[in-house]
Amino acid sequence: MSAVTPALPTLQRSGRVTQTRVIGSEWTKLVSVRSTRWSLFAAVLLTIGLPLLFAAVTSSHWGSMGAHERADRHPLDIALAGVNVSQLAIAVLGVLTITAEYSTGMIRSTLIAVPRRLPVLWAKSIVYAVVALALMVPSVLVAFAGSQAILSRHHILQIAFSHPGVARSVFGGAVYLMLVGIFALALGAITRNTAGGIAVFAAIFFVIPPLMNILPTSWNNAITPYLPSEAGRQLFSLTQDAHALSPAAGGILFAGYCAVAIAIAAALLVRRDA
Amino acid sequence: MIEAVGLTKDYGEKRAVDDLSFAVRPGIVTGFLGPNGSGKSTTMRLILGLDRPTRGDVTVNGKHYRDHQAPLHEVGALLEARSVHTGRSALNHLRALAQTHGIPRRRVDELIDRVGLHDVARKRAGQFSLGMGQRLGIASALLGDPQTLLLDEPVNGLDPEGIHWIRHLLKGLAAEGRTVFVSSHLMSEMALTADHLIVVGRGKLIADTSVDDFVRRASGFVVLVRSPQATRLAELVRGGDDVVVDSPEPGVLEIEGLGTEQIGELAAEHGIVLHELTQRHASLEQAFMDLTRDEVEYKPFDTEEAVA
Repeated sequence: MSAVTPALPTLQRSGRVTQTRVIGSEWTKLVSVRSTRWSLFAAVLLTIGLPLLFAAVTSSHWGSMGAHERADRHPLDIALAGVNVSQLAIAVLGVLTITAEYSTGMIRSTLIAVPRRLPVLWAKSIVYAVVALALMVPSVLVAFAGSQAILSRHHILQIAFSHPGVARSVFGGAVYLMLVGIFALALGAITRNTAGGIAVFAAIFFVIPPLMNILPTSWNNAITPYLPSEAGRQLFSLTQDAHALSPAAGGILFAGYCAVAIAIAAALLVRRDA
Repeated sequence: MIEAVGLTKDYGEKRAVDDLSFAVRPGIVTGFLGPNGSGKSTTMRLILGLDRPTRGDVTVNGKHYRDHQAPLHEVGALLEARSVHTGRSALNHLRALAQTHGIPRRRVDELIDRVGLHDVARKRAGQFSLGMGQRLGIASALLGDPQTLLLDEPVNGLDPEGIHWIRHLLKGLAAEGRTVFVSSHLMSEMALTADHLIVVGRGKLIADTSVDDFVRRASGFVVLVRSPQATRLAELVRGGDDVVVDSPEPGVLEIEGLGTEQIGELAAEHGIVLHELTQRHASLEQAFMDLTRDEVEYKPFDTEEAVA
C-alpha cells in the first residue's frame, strides 16, 4: 500500500442522475447482499416446497381419509398452500430493503448520491416488484404442475389449468406476493425500523383479521372483505365467499392500499431529516 | 465554494447549529474546528441536504445540494457516522453509488487501488476496521471527481501512515483548485493541513480566520518566574499596561505582557532574588481550548484528556 498518492485521475463526466441509473444502482444493492438472496431463496422454496409436501401427504393418506377430510382438500388450495407462508419471507425482505439502509447508515450514502430522494423509493419499489414477480410466477407454476403430478393417481384431485379461474388464481398468487412485497417495503420506509416494520405488517395481515370475529357478524361481514389481506386473498382464491369481493375488485383494492402506503412513504421520505 | 447564511438547526428543544454564516473558498483546505458536540456534523448534514435547516440557507457551488443534477460530481462527502451497508462488499458498495451517476466500473477499480483497499475489496464492509472504513468512505467521496470535498473527521481511526496519506491527499486536492472542507476536533491536526479555519462552539461561529493569523494570535508567551519574593515582584510588574500576573502557587508567577529582559532588569533594580526566569509559548491546542472554553458542551472532569 503506497502512502503518498497525489493527484487522482480525472473522470469523464457522465451526466446526471436519472431514474434508470438509480434503478440499476438499486438492482446492484439488492443482489449484492447475502441475506437478500437467502430470503428470496426461502420464498421460492416455500412457494414450491409446501404444495409438493402437502400433495405428497394428501396422496399417501388418501385411502385412510374420511369423506369430510377428502372434501376439505381442494387441488388449487394445495397448489397455492405456499403463498400464505412465503408471503412472510417476501414481506420481511420488503421491509429490510429500506430499514437495513437505516440501521447500517447506508441511507446517508444513498441520499447523498440521490438527494432528490424520491427516485430511490421508486427504484426500490420497481426493482423489488420485478424481482418478486419474476421469481414467484415460475414458482407458482411449478407448484401447480408439481402438486398436480403428485396427485395424478387421484382423479378427483385433478384440475385443469384451463378450468375457469385456475390460471387467474395461480398467477394471482404471484401478483399477490408482489403486492405484499411493495406494501411491506412502504411500511419499512414509513417506520424506518426493521422490528417496527415487520410488527406493523404482522398486525395488519395476521392480527387484525382474526380480531374481526369479535365484532357482531353484520359488522364483521361489512368490514372484513375490505381489509388488505382479505381483499388481496381474492386474487388467488378460486371461489369467493358470500361477502367477499370479486378477484378483480379485491386485487384493485389491495393495489390501492399499496399505492396509499407508498404515497405516505414518499411524503415522509421527502419531508423528514435522514 | 460553500456558502452558509444564518444557518440554524433545532432538534426539538436543542439548538445544534446557531445562526452560522461562513464561506468556504476553493483552492485551499478549510478546517472546520470545534469541540465534540459543537455542531460540526450537523452543519455537514445541512450542507448535504440530509437535514433541513430550521432557518437560514446553505448552498454548494451556487445551488442547494438537492438541486444539483449530478451531486457526486459536485461534492464528495465523508461523514463521521458509518454510511455503508455492513453486508455488502466495498466493491459493490462503490459500484452501486457509481451507477446512480453512470460512473464507469473502471473508476471504481481505480479508486479501490488508490485508497489501498485492493486486497479487501470483496470482503463485507461489516468486517472492516475503522481505518479501512475511513478509506472506503474516502473512495466514495472521490468517486465523482468532485469540485468540492466535505470530510467529517477524516483521520479518525487511521494509522500514522493513513493520516499522512490524508494530509497529502487534501493538500493535493486543494492545490488542483478544489474546495476542501475538513472538520476536526484536533487543533494540532488542523494546523498541519488547513490554510483557513472556521471555529465553532455550541453551534455558534467563534472564529473565521487564516491558520497563520490564528497561530500568530495564539503564540503569545508567558514568562514563568520563581522567586522567594514573588509577592513583591508581582506588585512591581502590575504597574505596567497590559500586564497580567497569575500566581499558580506560592513563590511562582506567570507574567504575560513583559519579556524576560524587562522582568530580570526590574528584579535587579529592586534587589529581588530570582530562582527561575523562563519564557513559555502557549500551544495551539491551548489557544484553541481557551477560545472554546466557554463553548464546550460536555466538559471532561480532567481537562488534560481533551488535550491528549
